[in-house]
Amino acid sequence: MTIKEYLKKFEEGDERALSKIITIIENGYEESKEILEYIGKRTGKAYRIGITGPQGSGKSTLIAKLAKRLLSKFKEIGIIACDPSSPFSFGALLGDRIRMNELFLEKGIFIRSMATRGSLNGLAYKTKEVADILDAFGKEIIIIETIGVGQVEVEISNLVDTTIVVFVPESGDGIQVLKAGLTEIGDIFVVNKSDRIGADILFYELKNLIEMSYQNSKWKPPVILTQAVNNYGIEELEKEIINHYNYLIENNLLEEKRKKAVIRELVNNFENEILKILWQSERVKKLFEKVVEEVWEKKITIEEGVKKLIKEVKYVK
Amino acid sequence: MEKKKIKILIAKPGLDGHDRGAKVVARGLRDAGFEVIYTGLHQTPEMIVNTAIQEDVDIIGLSILSGAHMTIFPEVLRLLKEKGATDIHLFGGGIIPDEDKEKLYQMGVGKLFDPGTKISEIVEYINNLFKEKVSE
Repeated sequence: MTIKEYLKKFEEGDERALSKIITIIENGYEESKEILEYIGKRTGKAYRIGITGPQGSGKSTLIAKLAKRLLSKFKEIGIIACDPSSPFSFGALLGDRIRMNELFLEKGIFIRSMATRGSLNGLAYKTKEVADILDAFGKEIIIIETIGVGQVEVEISNLVDTTIVVFVPESGDGIQVLKAGLTEIGDIFVVNKSDRIGADILFYELKNLIEMSYQNSKWKPPVILTQAVNNYGIEELEKEIINHYNYLIENNLLEEKRKKAVIRELVNNFENEILKILWQSERVKKLFEKVVEEVWEKKITIEEGVKKLIKEVKYVK
Repeated sequence: MEKKKIKILIAKPGLDGHDRGAKVVARGLRDAGFEVIYTGLHQTPEMIVNTAIQEDVDIIGLSILSGAHMTIFPEVLRLLKEKGATDIHLFGGGIIPDEDKEKLYQMGVGKLFDPGTKISEIVEYINNLFKEKVSE
């Protein structure tokens, strides 16, 4: 099938065409450009929710329960579930679907697992593009699940409208919560597996932190106790997502947030392209090898080597 | 241009609850560099085929130890045909008598592996299937 035919089927709502198109983008095939041009004009309608947190905190299970609930209000939901690729074999075991079995036969729900393929920001390389494709396909809600994250993988918050950070009682005490990173990006915090010992302590630590950090903010991230497997707390989670959406709309923040994301993407892609162009230059490559030897033999410092390389940049076309 | 990553769905249909084999195979295929999706126990043919289509896998591997292979393999094949996804290769493993294997092969099912198979044999089988695809 040609790309034109795929796109036509895509427009008709054909799931297999959707799936094939995602594969083309994920693998960076030649046809990507044509697809992205088509998709780019059709995005912006879906509301995007990000779910992040440590591995084993229950993100996939939460998504399954949340999506099931949201189905009573929305017909079309897309889910992107990221799992890590092996840095050794480059293979991956994508297991998020195990927790989402109850969604497999739901019409209107489309789940795609993505391996990170070397990306280190908690998401797969083309997560954003795949979310755009789902958006253009007509999904009203898109839920993006990160891989199990540590403290620094905050990229998800630039990709979505509402970020949900999931902790479990084992995530640590108040000091962990005070540390930077993950605790700064949540629009909503969830303490999952809240039947376990320590859940209430973590709950109050998070509440305290938010009370301190968001004193002058109109939006104070709520903290919710959930037990995803038992479907406990999901109703409240849904309610808070809607509250956050309303907050963004009433304060004209949704557009602002999305524009910021566009700027970021532009900057990132621009910088990446520049780097690519630089490394394609034979002159740069040659000089680089020379500089490596000079630094290695301690003839020049790293800083001096960098200066030499920068001088070469202006000759790159 | 990145090369195509081969995506494999390892599925455990029906009521039997023994998925150690499926997990070992999934893990082994991961270590061989494939992207493997494992969806857990008790999958129906509909769930398997839906997943295969949404994930755009190249190949489905079914693990069946319950004796239901003569029902499940044909049903998965039928659904793949119905959804126009006959390009997805179906293979499997489990306790399957030789005469049943023959019948399934004739229907279009790929290789059926016995208990005790080395992971490397399965890897080699898949690599041979997709030799052209990988070198594209």
